Amino acid sequence: MKFDVTITIALKEGMLDPEATAIRNAIANLGYRTESLRTARLFRIRLDAPDREAAKAIAQKMCERLLANPVIHRYEIEVAG
Amino acid sequence: MRFAVIRFGGSNCDRDVQYVLSDVCGVDTDLIWYKERLLRSYDALVLPGGFSYGDYLRAGAIAARTPIMDDVTRHAANGALVLGICNGAQILAESGLVPGVFTINAYPKFICRWVRVRVENATSPFTSEFRKGDVISIPIAHAEGRYVAPAAALASLNRADRVAFRFCDTNGKITDGSNPNGAAENITGVLSDTGNVLAMMPHPERSSEAVLGSTDGKKIFDSMIRHIERKA
Repeated sequence: MKFDVTITIALKEGMLDPEATAIRNAIANLGYRTESLRTARLFRIRLDAPDREAAKAIAQKMCERLLANPVIHRYEIEVAG
Repeated sequence: MRFAVIRFGGSNCDRDVQYVLSDVCGVDTDLIWYKERLLRSYDALVLPGGFSYGDYLRAGAIAARTPIMDDVTRHAANGALVLGICNGAQILAESGLVPGVFTINAYPKFICRWVRVRVENATSPFTSEFRKGDVISIPIAHAEGRYVAPAAALASLNRADRVAFRFCDTNGKITDGSNPNGAAENITGVLSDTGNVLAMMPHPERSSEAVLGSTDGKKIFDSMIRHIERKA
């Protein structure tokens, strides 16, 4: 079966996010006030798996082995299809 | 004695390292394209600086998953010396050969300048030509060089004397002001648990000739050569 997997990878809570700080400053330059801003990265992957659980397990392996760095990242996996 | 410098798509300090090793230090050094794999055994491997794979995903992340890294890991397991400089350090961290990660500088811009680092461990195969506490002059050139590791990993690095270098001021003091990228505990050189792998952000190949302003970096290559000679 084909599944559409969405993986969101973000810095763990408390990790310094210099990119977010720079973006937030730029947003402030446009005149917007924000209380906080964090960045995340989203991967949309279509893959073949026997069932939804298997698709999630594959995505989890992808996160562990490449997409996320466990030292600094946390991730969420959603499976549709 | 034979060294190899491994080049990935986007490496750009490969020839500088090879030049210093072969012409300045006088050791036979092969330049190996990563797809060629390592077809013989080497006494030492160097992963040079650059922007492998355009720093896609995370600096070093893609190169760390190329098949030649199996050869690097095997060399490390067999006791060969493995030195990762800048992007090479990021690759070694991404490969898990050293703990932690080198990530986006606290102030997120590319920093290219001379810094001072303090030699914290002068007994490793990479640092034996120094004395502990030496303050050396060496350049950095990176946007993703801020060392981050979990508290437990930092404690274990300190306990096992596996921090090779820390950013410091001209007097050797470890201060926030002398920490250009916000690295945890000013760390910018980390040894593996076996001591034969070193990941460092500063560029020793750019500080190996007096004409470039410093020869402090050459002592790292000299230490490696001395270590290999002693073993032979």
